[in-house]
Amino acid sequence: MTTPTPSAAQAATVPATTAGRLPEARQPVRTPSPGSTAALRRARRTRVLHWIAVHSTAVALALAFVLPFVFVFLTSVMSDRQAMSGELWPTSWHWDNYATVFRTPGFLDWWRNSLMYALLGTLFTVCSSLPVAYALAKFRFRGRRTAMLLVISTMMLPPQVIVVPMYLVWAQQFHLSGSLWPLIIPMAFGDAYSIFLLRQFLLTIPKEYIESARVDGCGELRTLLRIIVPMAKPGIAAVALFQFFYCWNDYFGPQIYAAQNPGAWTLSYGLESFKSAHSVDWNLTMAATLLVMAPVIIVFFFAQKAFVEGVTLTGVKG
Amino acid sequence: MALSLSPGGAGGVDPRLRRKKARDRLRTVGFLSPWLVGFSVFFGYPLIATGYFSFMHYNQIKQPEFVGWRNWSYVFTQMPLFGPALWNTLWLVVVMVALRVVFGIGVGLLVTKLKSGIGFFRTAFYVPYLAPPVAATVAFVFLLNPATGPVNELLSKVGVHAPNWFNDPAWSKPSLVMLSLWGIGDLMVIFMAALLDVPKEQYEAAELDGAGPWARFRYVTWPNITPIVMFAVVTGVVQTMQYYTQALVAGKLASGVTIGPGTVIQPGYPDHSTITVPQLVYQLGFQNFNTGAACVLSLVLFAIAMAVTILLMRRSSGLLSAED
Repeated sequence: MTTPTPSAAQAATVPATTAGRLPEARQPVRTPSPGSTAALRRARRTRVLHWIAVHSTAVALALAFVLPFVFVFLTSVMSDRQAMSGELWPTSWHWDNYATVFRTPGFLDWWRNSLMYALLGTLFTVCSSLPVAYALAKFRFRGRRTAMLLVISTMMLPPQVIVVPMYLVWAQQFHLSGSLWPLIIPMAFGDAYSIFLLRQFLLTIPKEYIESARVDGCGELRTLLRIIVPMAKPGIAAVALFQFFYCWNDYFGPQIYAAQNPGAWTLSYGLESFKSAHSVDWNLTMAATLLVMAPVIIVFFFAQKAFVEGVTLTGVKG
Repeated sequence: MALSLSPGGAGGVDPRLRRKKARDRLRTVGFLSPWLVGFSVFFGYPLIATGYFSFMHYNQIKQPEFVGWRNWSYVFTQMPLFGPALWNTLWLVVVMVALRVVFGIGVGLLVTKLKSGIGFFRTAFYVPYLAPPVAATVAFVFLLNPATGPVNELLSKVGVHAPNWFNDPAWSKPSLVMLSLWGIGDLMVIFMAALLDVPKEQYEAAELDGAGPWARFRYVTWPNITPIVMFAVVTGVVQTMQYYTQALVAGKLASGVTIGPGTVIQPGYPDHSTITVPQLVYQLGFQNFNTGAACVLSLVLFAIAMAVTILLMRRSSGLLSAED
């Protein structure tokens, strides 16, 4: 990287970039000259200071990011009385708060509904979006650009723009309000965001693979399933994860379609009513909150790589 | 959407070629069909219907009745919450997006400068982003609870006079911004990738020219990450236009409403400081059953979102032409 310069004035600019190095890393001295030892010592000291500054900032910031989880957890195991006191550390550990949450009427139904919404939604979205993304990435046809523009426009649109007429259709024509089906069924017809992400990923697969499959007499659908799907696994995994998280976190959708029927509530939606019903029991609410957070965070730790890949895909490879 | 009559489809072409063209077209339509149906049924139709209902008086029981521009003039001149909702949404779009981008670059820079424990720090900064919005909001309302919340408990121990956060109209939106900064993980990952892509040689050249840390950021880092910054700003604006769940849940919980969801409450507690345009759409359409006014607001939202999208298309046409 940088070579130490004899001049003290210039040496002062060095540390900032080499700061990443561990403090004990030695700089080779190339040009010894009278003033250089002092300059070097100063440079190394600045480097150490810089290392300390960067790492202590990171530690402080990490604390700020992690502490909310810690406080939520500590409160979730407090006694009812202590949870209202503003004390930070539990005097006695009430693990049974979690059992109480699970015994709350409806809580298990919310789990089941959330899982159904997230799993079916993800399955439908991936199956319906993949062929569309493949066509947009690899077929040449007139109107391809327009189609892509329309996909991106739908992706950008707030769901509230079309929600009123959509609700009327589901409620008045199909009598499906009070269930999650009005949210799940449309996912069998392609989701703009997933189509966009999958297309971005499929663009990175060289055309030659598809052409050679064609030469071997492989039909388009077979090419997609046998050649493309195995190669696009990371992209598909990322899209599936995003969709799973989207469904799991969705609040607006269940509020519109499932509000009247507590039997169809999801965890994300039910949590708020849980808080309302246990307005003073912060300990139970915090236990429920952690139980809503837990699945996504566990899924994340198992699929970290696919996830980060997906986030990068949205922004950087575009 | 027209799916092409191939050029040169005129007479005199080899019939085999023409058959292949027809087959190709059929294949394309087949692959696109889920989306063609989805787009027209779940997007095209409701959008047209939104336009239709914006000129109707319709309470979802009696037949719709044509009222001309009355819904429009009601929303823009008489509806009491339209002003606050528009103001809050714009406030959040400006402040939240700007701070998130700055903070995202900051955290991204910090992580790329680290030499030890990168994995740990990256995970710590990323995981809060995954917390479901409702859960994260419930947690923050608890943490920032003025009476017994741990944050004010800690602040009072060090002698700081803490604000009332979600219970103070002046602090409720900043509290929502704090919540959104806690979930900076997505932007951090995007900016980290962008920062690591900046060519090392450019930094070395800048150093040789004697550029300090700020000059290096300004003249090397910044020009390299501008496209990503643009992307983050535009998607941030689009997301914040839809900002709904956190604002609604925070307002409801902080107000101490102890009745279940679905109950009609005055939204935007405290003092309408957290009501947003999407919340107003919900209130008009699903609580007041004023379909016409709800559709007018939907179209306002649509117009703004389209304007932002067009801006995105013009600034980064790379989104479309990545292949050719």
